[in-house]
Amino acid sequence: MESSTWIGVISVSASAICMAIGSIGPALGEARALQQALSAIAQQPDEAGTISRTLFIGLAMIESIAIYCLVVAIVLIFANPFWNHVIAKTAG
Amino acid sequence: MEITPDHLVLFRWGFVQFNATILYTWVVMILLVAGAWVATRKRKRTANAPRSTWEGAMEGIVALLRGQIREISGREGGDEYLPFVGTLFLFIALSNVLDVVPGWHAPTGSLSTTAALAICVAVGVPFFGIRKAGLKGYLHHYLNPTFFMLPFHLMSEISRTVALAVRLFGNIMSGAMIVALLLAIAPLFLPVLMQVLGLLIGLIQAYIFAVLAMVYIAAAVRREEESPREQQP
Repeated sequence: MESSTWIGVISVSASAICMAIGSIGPALGEARALQQALSAIAQQPDEAGTISRTLFIGLAMIESIAIYCLVVAIVLIFANPFWNHVIAKTAG
Repeated sequence: MEITPDHLVLFRWGFVQFNATILYTWVVMILLVAGAWVATRKRKRTANAPRSTWEGAMEGIVALLRGQIREISGREGGDEYLPFVGTLFLFIALSNVLDVVPGWHAPTGSLSTTAALAICVAVGVPFFGIRKAGLKGYLHHYLNPTFFMLPFHLMSEISRTVALAVRLFGNIMSGAMIVALLLAIAPLFLPVLMQVLGLLIGLIQAYIFAVLAMVYIAAAVRREEESPREQQP
């Protein structure tokens, strides 16, 4: 196969693998954080406001790891620099 | 497919490009300033004067922000951070919420905007810290507990700035991208649901950006208050 095909194949599979593996860790982390927060709220319902605010911030920070993977995957698919380089080379 | 509004060049003048990000950023800024102007235009200077609806709404927003900032900074005097953190929140929230307008490209969906906002936070944190403790007192915490922690302190500052920028950019950009993909796959009903979810995510991200900026500032300021106390005994 020529190099452009290889770049396409590897980019698409790399983005799929990136999303698949990269979402495992944040999912486990968010589940654990949510579980702890729920049990904390169940024990102390008066502190629900503080707990849920901290939970939201923590969830967003955990979520951002998955978002990094998503950004890498989207860049690989829609704005791939290597692919653009090959395209520019063949066009020019 | 365009992933940021940066590539949407409206017109070019020499080497200066006027792209969609700049346009929509200015639209958001003009809307914010005009809203504030309309609200306070007929403001009476007395305390008990009746308020207009706009003014009441604005005061509600400011009171909400002030309450949140006081809760995080942990004491009464949080008003010095209100202009900075409140502006961050209002700008991000308005530019995300205006996503309901057809044809709107949220400026926060461009890495340039979010990087600029994150750099503002990265500059604002030492600014408030130095104002509280002086230059020497602020720089001292980089050497805490030993000199060898200096690279790790610097690394954490850089990585949290990058994280702020990429988190906001990734969330908003992926929201817009999911809607665009769904429009091609299932155009009737699902994109509307994802738009609604995108509005929620946009507000949560604005809140999180402001809260994280406030947390970083509060950490820098509180550290200056506590470090002399530790040295005394």
